[in-house]
Amino acid sequence: MNIPKDLRYTKTHEWIKPNQETVTVGITDYAQHEISDIVFVELPKVGQEAAQGKAICVVESVKAAFDIYAPVSGVVKSINTTLESDPAMANKDPYGNGWFFELTPADSEEINNCLSHSEYEDFLKQSTH
Amino acid sequence: MPPYYFETAMTTDSMTAHKQLPVHTEHLALGAKMGIFGDWEVPLYYRSVIEEHDWVRTGVGVFDISHMGEFFVRGKSAEIFLNQIVTNQVSRLEDGKALYTPVCRPDGGIVDDVIVYRLKADSFLVIVNAANVEKDFEWFVKNNQTDTVVSNETDRFALFAVQGPRSTAVTERLLEQTVSEMPYYSIRQAAHWKTGYVARTGYTGEIGYEILCPAEQATKIWRALMAAGKTEGIQPIGFGARDTLRLEAGMLLYGQDMTDETTPLEVGLERTVFFEKDFIGKHALLNQKKSGVKKKLAAFELLERGIPRHGYDVYVNGQKTGVVTSGSYSPTLKKNIGLALLEQPHVQAGEIIDIQIRQSQVKAKVVNFPFYKRQKKEKG
Repeated sequence: MNIPKDLRYTKTHEWIKPNQETVTVGITDYAQHEISDIVFVELPKVGQEAAQGKAICVVESVKAAFDIYAPVSGVVKSINTTLESDPAMANKDPYGNGWFFELTPADSEEINNCLSHSEYEDFLKQSTH
Repeated sequence: MPPYYFETAMTTDSMTAHKQLPVHTEHLALGAKMGIFGDWEVPLYYRSVIEEHDWVRTGVGVFDISHMGEFFVRGKSAEIFLNQIVTNQVSRLEDGKALYTPVCRPDGGIVDDVIVYRLKADSFLVIVNAANVEKDFEWFVKNNQTDTVVSNETDRFALFAVQGPRSTAVTERLLEQTVSEMPYYSIRQAAHWKTGYVARTGYTGEIGYEILCPAEQATKIWRALMAAGKTEGIQPIGFGARDTLRLEAGMLLYGQDMTDETTPLEVGLERTVFFEKDFIGKHALLNQKKSGVKKKLAAFELLERGIPRHGYDVYVNGQKTGVVTSGSYSPTLKKNIGLALLEQPHVQAGEIIDIQIRQSQVKAKVVNFPFYKRQKKEKG
């Protein structure tokens, strides 16, 4: 299972990459693997407010729909429209071209509530055994 | 993504109450992602629902459907009893032939949809839905006014469905007997096995065979089947693809597309109701036929982005007119499709309907059944 060291994580399997002014959000390799074939992504709207821990968009596999939660509060700055035409990109390249959206955080401290890569790795070990 | 955890079995705790298939450990060894289907723990997929779906449409796959129920109905009056309890015409069956039929309540509501196989004049096999085994068995026993013996032998059998364009060659190699000339909806004894049957039935819209064998030989036969299908590239197929395959082929799922609350006429199964005989539910269905059905199952495809799911509401001109009973992405058509129980007169092909998906309404068009039809050129 691929868990890059330079990202932060949530227990709901989103990853967060801190940029200069914003953070980029996507779903983890574990999440895309568990969801399996992703056939639809409903992205948030640019300008939409996000609240930490609240559902902000939806991913659907052949079988079911899954909520994706905002890892931090803020405003949606941009979205990855590639996922609308090629939702399977979230399976193929979850940490790269399969990113979901970019947020301008309301509170730059909030990201510290997220898990580090080693904490996320431990969390996965606990929850799958 | 919490809904996931309800969908699939993640922890050993949540699984203890569920029944396991006779070749459960084979599925685990094949890397199956297990999930819950009714009372059963079943493989949802092994590698990918879409890959498995495509493989059944183009090659050959095997489904473990041992969760299905098997009743044997035996005795001189077996045919009389069955003709009374199912809506279709059992008396037209010859030895080795089968039919698909609803079982109805007196009010016409569907108890279950089953396949009745005539083995001999006084011996029938009935394959019922897993979730309905207890309910059906009670219903069969309660409505048996003859000396027919109905026995629930579900636990004695494993059932493997070999489906796809290359299924004939695999089945013949496994059983060491010819099956290529078996007509659709027929059954035969497995020639070299003490107990076992091969039926030319399935739930995928492809040519295929269902192999019924004793549960204690299930592992041996499963392995033999995988070995027999090696040349053809046989793959195990999970319940995810089973659902998308059957939906594309316009086959209904009990508990979703039909329930105790819907009648065969409402879900498009009128062809399986034989009114020239007596049977449970006949009066209610005749009355409904005369007065006309108020709601009917329709097939639709989405015109805008979104995936329809079981339970979503359907609107026409802002009026709620029905509900989605099944819905999915269709791997073969690469469209989002579904079935919905709609109020008349909105069931005509071409009708535009709105599906309520979360906060928005998404346009869809009613289309003809089925979504997918195999090209009739049967080759082993």
